[in-house]
Amino acid sequence: MNKARTNPVSAAAMHGALILYTLIALFPVFVILINSFKTRKAIFREPLSLPSSDSFSMIGYETVMKQGDFFLYFQNSMIVTVASLFFILLFGSMAAFALSEYRFKGNLVMGLYLALGIMIPIRIGTVAILEMMVATGLVNTLWSLILVYTAQGLPLAVFILSEFMRQVSDDLKDAGRVDGLSEYTIFARIVVPLVRPAMATVAVFNMIPIWNDLWFPLILAPAEETKTLTLGSQVFIGQFVTDWNAVLSALSMAILPVLILYVIFSRQLIRGITSGAVK
Amino acid sequence: MSALTLKNVFKTFGTTEVLRDISIEVEKGEFVVFVGPSGCGKSTLLRVIAGLEDASAGEVYIDGNLVNSVPPSKRGIAMVFQSYALYPHLNVANNMSLALKQEGVSKAEIAERVQEASRMLQLDDYLKRYPSELSGGQRQRVAIGRAVVRQPKLFLLDEPLSNLDAALRVSTRLEIANLHKQLDATMIYVTHDQTEAMTLADKIVVLRDGRVEQVGSPMELYNKPANKFVAGFLGSPAMNFLPASLLEAGDTRTIGIRPEDLYLADDGPLAATVQHVEHLGGDTNVIAFVGEHQVTVRLFGQHDIRPRQELKLGFDAQKRHYFNE
Ligand SMILES: Nc1ncnc2c1ncn2[C@@H]1O[C@H](COP(=O)(O)OP(=O)(O)OP(=O)(O)O)[C@@H](O)[C@H]1O
Ligand SMILES: [Mg+2]
Repeated sequence: MNKARTNPVSAAAMHGALILYTLIALFPVFVILINSFKTRKAIFREPLSLPSSDSFSMIGYETVMKQGDFFLYFQNSMIVTVASLFFILLFGSMAAFALSEYRFKGNLVMGLYLALGIMIPIRIGTVAILEMMVATGLVNTLWSLILVYTAQGLPLAVFILSEFMRQVSDDLKDAGRVDGLSEYTIFARIVVPLVRPAMATVAVFNMIPIWNDLWFPLILAPAEETKTLTLGSQVFIGQFVTDWNAVLSALSMAILPVLILYVIFSRQLIRGITSGAVK
Repeated sequence: MSALTLKNVFKTFGTTEVLRDISIEVEKGEFVVFVGPSGCGKSTLLRVIAGLEDASAGEVYIDGNLVNSVPPSKRGIAMVFQSYALYPHLNVANNMSLALKQEGVSKAEIAERVQEASRMLQLDDYLKRYPSELSGGQRQRVAIGRAVVRQPKLFLLDEPLSNLDAALRVSTRLEIANLHKQLDATMIYVTHDQTEAMTLADKIVVLRDGRVEQVGSPMELYNKPANKFVAGFLGSPAMNFLPASLLEAGDTRTIGIRPEDLYLADDGPLAATVQHVEHLGGDTNVIAFVGEHQVTVRLFGQHDIRPRQELKLGFDAQKRHYFNE
């Protein structure tokens, strides 16, 4: 261990800073959670106090359950997020493998072209995207969202994954070739397991913006049966009255699935299995 | 029929020529070592033989069959990589059996071959371990085991010992020599270490800048080097080179004398000043200057020689080599 790191003062300072950051980051979540269990009056009178026996109320959750098809929205969000992540990782890693592994004419240009999207926000193209979706009849389907989110996530995925795949030892891939593995098997069995931490990073980066997005669901799939959770929750926010109990309850429930997905991915981040492969 | 034949093989990367007109013949059961300085194209040549790189020109025959367009896995070769290249997510047994599974060998046969190889390489206790849980020497043996189980016609080993420490290198070198005898296999071994080349090889191929400088048995190369490069590359301490004009005015050639062929002689033709003495117990290496030319004298046994001492050196006429460079 590094001597500077074991110094108790700097260790305490470091932990202090991290704990402070954690508290700041968790505070809004905490406020949402406690208030979702309170009566409307209690929310406004003492927003920071914990629910007591007087102020405790499940009214928000009841409203959410009654109004609208909350479980359907939930399911839609889940389908869109998981499917988009799946396609981003699938196509992103395949493109990254080709770019990093094979020398072909236009390799560099292709890489730049695929990375271009990092610099250009996809929302600039909203009108064109809407026209395309109308033309292909995909408006008000979950596919419209999945396709857009996949396109939105791919540039960064290709960029990050190809950087990581370049670091996978050439000898390892060649050993696979000598052992008779096909290029697909080398990709799936050797390279992908080794860049799993990078893939988890890409997944985490993409997951939250997709889950939270309001823009594309509102424009491309506002129909009742394709509403996502974020869009569905908007019914409780009125121009004049907002049903805060319901909004807070909906948000509390919306946190849960992302949390679960995050835990799944972050375990991949920690697991380092590359050591010992090559000296 | 020879195990491997290379005919006029060239390899270029873009505009840089890495291999130039290489023609080599390797007999069945031979242990051939490719040796040469770093960057001379040894690994590239091995990769061309393995099929991991295409030859830009020329023909590669394995067991008499032209294999230029045959993929690596169908060439009947097995390769041990300089970096081991073990699959990190597979345990030792699975590392060794992957290629066999891929070939469709039956389970019973796979188990038998893995067991045989692990017995030979003393890996029995580690079959369930992952590469990250092994020491460098054990990893190296797994890499060799992975080649052995395939029962290839041709073993290709790319500097298999370069990542091991000195003691382990000597013992693993012995293991490889034994393995070659036991398996009666054809092996091609790449190294830049002349000691490894001399101790292991039936036949040495000396490479420089992508060209074959000389091919022959270790003693042929040692006793009859074709040129100054080969002469200087093989043997430790390296051969001494002096201008022949020191002995005979007007001779433009270079004379080469091995350190052990020089001896102390009061009437010797070379007058030298001692600069440094290495006492190795069994041997004594004297580093001295003849004029401005440094020479090393290897004397058997222990000698009381001091720096700045004046010496007269002699040598046998038939032990000197002339080079026209
Ligand atoms: N893919 C490549 N593209 C361009 N040049 C290459 C490539 N691979 C190797 N070379 C060049 O070919 C030459 C020979 O490389 P090679 O790896 O065969 O050397 P080597 O003899 O194995 O050296 P070492 O003993 O250091 O391993 C080097 O000058 C290297 O720069
Ligand atoms: Mg090399």
